[in-house]
Amino acid sequence: MIGGLFIYNHKGEVLISRVYRDDIGRNAVDAFRVNVIHARQQVRSPVTNIARTSFFHVKRSNIWLAAVTKQNVNAAMVFEFLYKMCDVMASYFGKISEENIKNNFVLIYELLDEILDFGYPQNSETGSLKTFITQQGIKGQTKEEQSQITSQVTGQIGWRREGIKYRRNELFLDVLESVNLLMSPQGQVLSAHVSGRVVMKSYLSGMPECKFGMNDKIIIDKAGKGGVTNEAGKSTSGKQSIAIDDCTFNQCVRLSKFDSERSISFIPPDGEYELMRYRTTKDIILPFRVIPLVREVGRTKLEVKVVIKSNFKPSLLAQKIEVRIPTPLNTSGVQVICMKGKAKYKASENAIVWKIKRMAGMKESQISAEIELLPTNDKKKWARPPISMNFEVPFAPSGLKVRYLKVFESKLNYSDHDVIKWVRYIGRSGIYETRC
Amino acid sequence: MTDSKYFTTTKKGEIFELKAELNSDKKEKKKEAVKKVIASMTVGKDVSALFPDVVNCMQTDNLELKKLVYLYLMNYAKSQPDMAIMAVNTFVKDCEDPNPLIRALAVRTMGCIRVDKITEYLCEPLRKCLKDEDPYVRKTAAVCVAKLHDINAQLVEDQGFLDTLKDLISDSNPMVVANAVAALSEIAESHPNSNLLDLNPQSINKLLTALNECTEWGQIFILDCLANYTPRDDRESQSICERVTPRLSHANSAVVLSAVKVLMKFMEMLPKDLDYYGTLLKKLAPPLVTLLSAEPELQYVALRNINLIVQKRPEILKHEMKVFFVKYNDPIYVKLEKLDIMIRLASQANIAQVLAELKEYATEVDVDFVRKAVRAIGRCAIKVEQSAERCVSTLLDLIQTKVNYVVQEAIVVIKDIFRKYPNKYESVIATLCENLDSLDEPEARAAMIWIVGEYAERIDNADELLESFLEGFHDESTQVQLQLLTAIVKLFLKKPTETQELVQQVLSLATQDSDNPDLRDRGYIYWRLLSTDPVAAKEVVLAEKPLISEETDLIEPTLLEELICHIGTLASVYHKPPSAFVEGSRGVMHKRLPARTGSGEGTECPDVGNAAGGSAPEAAPSIIPSQGDLLGDLLNLDLAPPTTTGPTPSTSGMQMGGMDLLGGGLDSLVGTMGAGFGAAPTVMPASLNAPVGGGLGDLFDLGGGVGMPMGAYIPPKTVWLPAMKAKGLEISGTFARRAGVIQMELVLTNKAMSVMTDFAIQFNRNSFGLAPAGPLQVLTPLGPNQTIEVSLPLSTVGPVMKMDPLNNLQVAVKNNIDVFYFSCQYPISMLFVEDGKMERQVFLATWKDIPNDNESQFQIQDCHLNSEAASNKLQGSNIFTIAKRTVEGQDMLYMSIKLSNGIWVLAELKVQAGNPNYTISLKCRAPEVSQCVFQCYEAVLKN
Repeated sequence: MIGGLFIYNHKGEVLISRVYRDDIGRNAVDAFRVNVIHARQQVRSPVTNIARTSFFHVKRSNIWLAAVTKQNVNAAMVFEFLYKMCDVMASYFGKISEENIKNNFVLIYELLDEILDFGYPQNSETGSLKTFITQQGIKGQTKEEQSQITSQVTGQIGWRREGIKYRRNELFLDVLESVNLLMSPQGQVLSAHVSGRVVMKSYLSGMPECKFGMNDKIIIDKAGKGGVTNEAGKSTSGKQSIAIDDCTFNQCVRLSKFDSERSISFIPPDGEYELMRYRTTKDIILPFRVIPLVREVGRTKLEVKVVIKSNFKPSLLAQKIEVRIPTPLNTSGVQVICMKGKAKYKASENAIVWKIKRMAGMKESQISAEIELLPTNDKKKWARPPISMNFEVPFAPSGLKVRYLKVFESKLNYSDHDVIKWVRYIGRSGIYETRC
Repeated sequence: MTDSKYFTTTKKGEIFELKAELNSDKKEKKKEAVKKVIASMTVGKDVSALFPDVVNCMQTDNLELKKLVYLYLMNYAKSQPDMAIMAVNTFVKDCEDPNPLIRALAVRTMGCIRVDKITEYLCEPLRKCLKDEDPYVRKTAAVCVAKLHDINAQLVEDQGFLDTLKDLISDSNPMVVANAVAALSEIAESHPNSNLLDLNPQSINKLLTALNECTEWGQIFILDCLANYTPRDDRESQSICERVTPRLSHANSAVVLSAVKVLMKFMEMLPKDLDYYGTLLKKLAPPLVTLLSAEPELQYVALRNINLIVQKRPEILKHEMKVFFVKYNDPIYVKLEKLDIMIRLASQANIAQVLAELKEYATEVDVDFVRKAVRAIGRCAIKVEQSAERCVSTLLDLIQTKVNYVVQEAIVVIKDIFRKYPNKYESVIATLCENLDSLDEPEARAAMIWIVGEYAERIDNADELLESFLEGFHDESTQVQLQLLTAIVKLFLKKPTETQELVQQVLSLATQDSDNPDLRDRGYIYWRLLSTDPVAAKEVVLAEKPLISEETDLIEPTLLEELICHIGTLASVYHKPPSAFVEGSRGVMHKRLPARTGSGEGTECPDVGNAAGGSAPEAAPSIIPSQGDLLGDLLNLDLAPPTTTGPTPSTSGMQMGGMDLLGGGLDSLVGTMGAGFGAAPTVMPASLNAPVGGGLGDLFDLGGGVGMPMGAYIPPKTVWLPAMKAKGLEISGTFARRAGVIQMELVLTNKAMSVMTDFAIQFNRNSFGLAPAGPLQVLTPLGPNQTIEVSLPLSTVGPVMKMDPLNNLQVAVKNNIDVFYFSCQYPISMLFVEDGKMERQVFLATWKDIPNDNESQFQIQDCHLNSEAASNKLQGSNIFTIAKRTVEGQDMLYMSIKLSNGIWVLAELKVQAGNPNYTISLKCRAPEVSQCVFQCYEAVLKN
């Protein structure tokens, strides 16, 4: 298990040092500084073995967090714990910086005492930690309050405390997707996938039981079979069901229920958290199509024409569109003409950058450029890097739709109808490239 | 006001000032002072002088202050044990506090104070806390038992805390269960033989229930514990898998990896034709791919594990090549790992894509990455034959770039390609020779020299090229020297007339002017070969080389199996067994995958070495090939007998790519000499018979044994381990079956000068699960020239692995000097059980039932017994005659044999009066045993 945990600043000075096991000595603190922080070359591995002692480290801005052990620990767990540690600290005092760590070192020691016992991670949910690690002392607690704290820290729902009250029950659901594409010059999709996240902000009273539904193909097909026929089921729900390759859930979701019924049910943490992540590769809506045309005119000139077509409902608007057209290294001058937006040749980046603020669906726009080249004796041909694109669209390129999010709280008298729900879809470009 | 001021540099007399502040009456001032003390402690200043003053602050209502004082105590109690006692009363009092948070804090802190006197006082409060009404206190107390065990294991056992801890596994609170599991697992690790965790279907069920309810960390503890369990049969295995699979969707990567570990292990037991097996395989791929979208550090851990998983079960990820393509922004450690996996997944179907990527990578900036990419191109050529041509031309393009390290790397891999496809790409040699001068790395120089020597007849100026290297002979690395020596001898054998002078020169350089024994030895061998019999020299030195295998850099199978059992842990990141980097008794126990046939027998086999109080590693896992040394091996393979995949033994070299020559080449050279000089290194299990066994193969041909007429046949004793190979320990022995018990009869002779003690024995997995039933009983130390006879009872419930030959047994014997390995073959008749007599009817039905393909016929020659006597003699070895028929003067004896693992062998023995040659037909559902059974017949009948 974890034998010790150290936090260093960028110079390698120790800010926090907490040793959990007898086999870790003070010299371990120095060993890491000398061999990793002060090492000349770039970090070659996040796990370092120095004199039979293993160091796991992560970096947050200038700060190094290192977990130390002499045993065969679960390495994945150690890193997950270090990330969690960062989350907890961030939620207590904001950005993880030298200043903040020094200002809160007593708090950090108190947290480290609580969330790591003999090197075993314990409950590390900020929701419940904040009920009893307050830096204010826990004087005025009644016996009931104390036992409520302990039962919550050790309980099945360690991520939420009892007795939360809101005047207005409200929840915000964001479906955030990043769409990745590699397309051939002829418009053939070489690879495409969407990685998405469902982020939720919940401000709900009590211990609400939630059920989240989306247009998951497996569920829809199941429901379809239960109904009249598969065909009829499809027509009622439209073509809109999507095949999800894989998904992972926040620990509040009952995994066994998802495995057996594929239903997503949970008691949400309070405030903002990530409910799930998913990945899809089938039937992706590609918001933009890039059609490149590159012509070499003699040895000193290139003619480039790029057409972009938006491929979504005309009523929707895409934003922050940026097309990046690479130019050869021996470019001497560029003339650009574009119908919409602004385009500029950036010599330092070897690219023409074309920016459009907004663009509606089912439109197209084009840019043409003449690139003057310096004659070179370099035999090597220009490798023609792909044209890349950035954008943001107000829908989910995977086609994911939130069908419902039901809230049940049996003890308090508010019902699903009283909860105000907001759903938002944002699709962003990941690595979105077209070869030319 | 902020706390950072406590970190400001301190002035002189600070300790004195702090002392005054600590003793101040004002609470606030006290607290400020303690904070200053903790800050000084953090930056490494010695503030132990303040011990009594800080401890005085302990009795306070202020929890924050109390925690700070406790923190101080944990750090300095060890250096001030007498003063630490002062704190005990407060602890004991706090353990009775009405506030559960304070009770837990007290018991948590007490466990961290490693002072013997304090631990005594800890017992009573701990006992109470383990039964506390509050789950928060119980979960803290559970961990405290592990802490106490770490300080004083005996005390924990005496106080009965282990039983209380076991009870907590049935606790109603999932977190208490999880912590109890974690504590028990840790304690069990240092007691490999205790049955502490006592995993059985009931307790497993409890764990699986708690799994659904506890925190993410608790789930990891439970899954890691589950992975140590071996289900009784495939059904139980399947039901556990079904309950573990939902964890694959957890957001915590560690939960996912631990679940993958359980599934990978238990899957071993599922029959491959089962539908569920296929389903499970399909379920594993998506979560593994998803791990690659985690933070880079976790990606690294995941990739190291995926590397193991694709070696064990390539089918899982074979369609997922694209996700391993390197992204521009990946950290270098992720890039390097992805590259490794890309090569493992490369196949004819995707090779075009892979090559395009690799070519791209070869133009990147990071030197290590570029080198690895170049090497990967070569590995693709070797792995996918259809792509070899394209790979070679890509490599030539890269050589044209003239980037120094790219050229060197390319030459090293091209040498491998020559080995794989001889007489195909030699036209490129000219291009390679052009770059001779730019090579400055030993490996590339050695590779180039190998090429020149190997193809000396096609390179006109080969002698000039080699001569140019000879000038700085003594400045070269050993690798290059050895290679140069061999290359020049090759050249001489090919063009003897012009190169006599050169060969003289190199031989004298190697034998007279060198301090390196390896080099000298090789030099002498060549010299003698050349001077005594040039024809033989030609046969040896220019022998046809075996093709190199397709998959390079594979992890040795036993190690791979062990690492699969450690998925998610550091061992899987280092690709080394825990014993290689963990000190002390922890982690010495080797884990194994369960056997598919395992029905009740496949239990986790405790390390026998530990049972005997030592820590003898097992025979097989001691061979740890490090990645990348296939190449090292290849350099010297020109003289070596064929090895299978070629990993040389080595135990060091943590990072891959560390060129680890470790004398692999020379040892193989010695091997050809036919006599094990000096201490031979640990040998590959597959080739164990050849060099080590010596005359073992003809165990049964030895005449004049001590055959007993009516009892079981016992072969004569033979020498298994000659003294010269085992630092003076000679072991000879045989096997016997007495009163239904198989015994290994050993004669240990000490031929060394010093006393030998601490004997322990251990077997590698073998075909029939033979394992020592107890420790090796050598009670008195074995003095010089003393001999002792020991009889070791064996059981047949050990782990099973098919060996070749079937009756091969690999043994490790340990004493105070070292661990020694040998292999021997046992007569299969040892395994014939007493109740092997089949009913006539059953016999008839079974005979018909076994397909004819399984029948094998053998001749036993020169046997002068009549059928009656033969039958009697065989009965002594549990070969039972069921019926006898006489047809035309020929006696037909029908016999049955049952092996200890339940396999029946049916036999028909034809004996013709006056004819000393018998014919025997054997029928068995497992036809591979027939050969061994026949050998037994022959041995029994002739002795």
